[in-house]
Amino acid sequence: MKIRVKINGQDRSFEIDPSEYLLDTLRKNGYMSVKRGCDTGSCGACTVLLDGRPVISCSVLSASVDGHEITTAEGIANQMKEYMHALASEGADQCGFCQPGLLVMIYYLKKMIDKGLIERDKETVRRYLIGNLCRCSGYLPQERAIFRFLGVD
Amino acid sequence: MDQVKKSIIKKDAFALISGMPVYTDDLAPKDALVIKILRSPHPFARIKNIDVSEALKVKGVELVLTHKDVPRKPITRAGQGYPEPSPYDKFILDEYVRYVGDEVAIVAAEDEFAAEEALKKIKVDYEILEPVLDFEEAECNTSIIHPEKEAFSQFDIGYMPEKNIAASYSMEVGDVDKLIEECEKDPDCVLIKRRYYTQAQAHVMLEPHASFAYIDLHGRLVIVSSTQTPFHVRRQVSMVLDIPIKSIRVIKPRIGGGFGGKQALHGELITALVTWKTKKPSKLVYTRREVFEATYTRHPMRFDITLGAKKDGTLKLIDVEVLSDTGAYGEHALTTLMVAGSKTLPLYNKVEGVRFRGKVVYTNKVPAGAYRGYGAIQGNFVLESAMDELAQELGIDPVDLRLKNVIREGETSPIFKIMGEGREGVEMIVRSCKLEEAIKRVVELSGWKEKRSKSERNGSKVRGLGFAIAMQGSGIANIDMASAILKLNDDGSFNLLVGATDLGTGSDTILAQIAAEELGVSTDDIIVYSSDTDLTPFDTGAYASSTTYVSGNAVRLAAKKMLKLIKEEAAKMLNVSPDEITWDGKVLRAGDKEISLKDLATKLYYTENQKQLVADASFVGPESPPPYAATIAEVEVDTETGKVDVLKYYTVLDIGTPINPNLAKVQVEGATMQGLGMTLYEDVKYSGTGRLLTNNLMYYKIPSRLDVPEIHVEFLESYEPTGPFGAKSVAEIGIDTPPAAVANAIYSAVGVRIRELPITPEKVFSALKGGMKS
Ligand code: FES
Ligand code: FES
Repeated sequence: MKIRVKINGQDRSFEIDPSEYLLDTLRKNGYMSVKRGCDTGSCGACTVLLDGRPVISCSVLSASVDGHEITTAEGIANQMKEYMHALASEGADQCGFCQPGLLVMIYYLKKMIDKGLIERDKETVRRYLIGNLCRCSGYLPQERAIFRFLGVD
Repeated sequence: MDQVKKSIIKKDAFALISGMPVYTDDLAPKDALVIKILRSPHPFARIKNIDVSEALKVKGVELVLTHKDVPRKPITRAGQGYPEPSPYDKFILDEYVRYVGDEVAIVAAEDEFAAEEALKKIKVDYEILEPVLDFEEAECNTSIIHPEKEAFSQFDIGYMPEKNIAASYSMEVGDVDKLIEECEKDPDCVLIKRRYYTQAQAHVMLEPHASFAYIDLHGRLVIVSSTQTPFHVRRQVSMVLDIPIKSIRVIKPRIGGGFGGKQALHGELITALVTWKTKKPSKLVYTRREVFEATYTRHPMRFDITLGAKKDGTLKLIDVEVLSDTGAYGEHALTTLMVAGSKTLPLYNKVEGVRFRGKVVYTNKVPAGAYRGYGAIQGNFVLESAMDELAQELGIDPVDLRLKNVIREGETSPIFKIMGEGREGVEMIVRSCKLEEAIKRVVELSGWKEKRSKSERNGSKVRGLGFAIAMQGSGIANIDMASAILKLNDDGSFNLLVGATDLGTGSDTILAQIAAEELGVSTDDIIVYSSDTDLTPFDTGAYASSTTYVSGNAVRLAAKKMLKLIKEEAAKMLNVSPDEITWDGKVLRAGDKEISLKDLATKLYYTENQKQLVADASFVGPESPPPYAATIAEVEVDTETGKVDVLKYYTVLDIGTPINPNLAKVQVEGATMQGLGMTLYEDVKYSGTGRLLTNNLMYYKIPSRLDVPEIHVEFLESYEPTGPFGAKSVAEIGIDTPPAAVANAIYSAVGVRIRELPITPEKVFSALKGGMKS
């Protein structure tokens, strides 16, 4: 079957199998920032925005996103330079495999916090990010950078 | 020093964070055949018959391979230097399957759907054999896991397959039995004997194992793999598939974490085989389930330890006996065992007698292999818990007991010479050791003295502090070699080509910093290319905490040579002798004559004395200087539930010069969390029938960001004279102390001693019920 989607502002259409998941559709079509880290929806490496809200793309059927808007790390990285710099300055990037999914979450959190829809508070931010696993950093350097970038205390 | 001891941003940071396609699966050709593997549902069985005819009929299937179609050559997938200290006990595919997840057949198809479909159509008739699931019953069991005649070991590693023993080892300094006897009789002596257990842990690097292969324009086999050891991969593939080394190229792109799990070959042999047979590109990306089921775990171990000391706290003897479980294959069996002694026993170098013995047995479970801190974290938990028990017994503060007995700068230990990795080690004087200072500092940071003197209780919750120390190594002395090439470009920048394998730690950047420091230029002017067997010089790979020290020394030597070459060429251009030349990082001067490096390089390329400046160097560590750590954990134990919360974690380390303090700190923070995961909950579990229960991230929990305590990492001023700019290693040391520090803290809080990892609430709770400290 065919689906039409807007990805990172661009209209695209893809031929998909009805049983296919969004993660696979995106990777097949070159959106390699979307990573597969697990098969149980547990790691967050495949996080993208669907109509502006974060989803784990490994658990969304591609057929269900027909007509919707998707944002991947590729589409927002150049608006996130300050964040990337904060993260890199802490050495928090490490192997990097968890990073694009985390970047998408931070982009979302920043918007929500700025709009006052999410509390500017460490515990809240942590809870939003709990699904984004990282095995390299022990989370601490990430959080030093994230809290600084989001202006959270 | 302005390029080292500096927190320079990782060179690949922005590419990684923004999600550029830089990992293996991102780079695989679109038309690559997709490989899937049929895996054994039984822990131990013989394939009586296997029928692939229906699978071959599935549309899009290119190839199905069973044990009948692959070369029958035993190998070890361990990814160690040659000859490996691991038994050659694995075949690409075998008639026997030895654990749930073992490879039965290989399918390559146009797409995943076809490959999956074909897997379902393979009919296998198994003769089920009695598995060995309990490692304490493995030795001399009636079930022999490796009955095959072809398996062998390259040299004596105590390999006794007929007894299910993959490796064994023993050593003794002094007469330990006699010392024990004396101690037992001497009223002035205290002797403790204890048994401890450590469990299997899974690596859970976020990127699953992946590799792809294709044929290049010369008809050669190219393998791209997320491996820690590209040169070992090339050698092994060549050996098993009988393809000359010259016809193989192995490229390592960015790696999404390894922690030892990607030191071994997992998948490369299969992609290589499929592509070599079909001449078509192929790829194999493990599912997370496969990573859990069919790669590696940490070796579970049982320890019997005896410590003897005089009443004044002078440690007299250490006796350790280990039983280690290597699962279905013996990869790293011997070395992991030996490290449990070699990276712990020298801490207390003044004992009169020390003995270390052990056996590593086969079981029908997921093979155990290299995992960050291997052997050391297990050994450390045991020795440092036992030291705490001894302190208790002696009525001495655990810190004072350590201070009385620890190794100090300028001293040595006989262990260094006796125990290497799989063979003899090397004699070594400890040239840099700030362990005593680290102990004093961590005591001060954590408020040990004040807090230990009063127990803090809040309802059912009680707090306590625990202390532990650790050491590691820096590479494998006298065995592992690294090399580097530096090449001058016509703008005065340098290419640095290294076989060293950055697996996400930032080692590319660290090596660039070392080159820049020696050359006197900026790290920005060093362009690093790592790990491609065609283009970069040999390096054994990223394991055993080797890159900063071993590869770093090679880089430094290459840079020294390059600087000499530059000065010689500048001298020719300026018509002076080389020792008249001074260099400030940009311009070469002699008296009032000068030439910039850029102008010199341009001339060398295009006009005068034309030549390419290239310098190379190799390095084999003559010794393996240990980094040290002293740690104090503060925990809160809920006496009603047995739940343990680590509140604060202080760790002070001597890693020599931290080349990049930020990256070094993150190594320790990351290692600490992996260590705390192992301490408190991570546990690879099987069903009674040998099926892995913890085969996904819902059942196998790694620490989340809500589990992170306050962690304070501090590096002491220290300088290792044999290291590049004073550096030692940092990658593993941080994982060693969490188990003992936390176990000791729990004891100090509630008086129960947990001698079996992980320290779950159930264990604490039942121990509390068994008798609470009043
Ligand atoms: S791939 Fe792990 S959550 Fe989607
Ligand atoms: S940086 Fe490796 S998993 Fe997060």
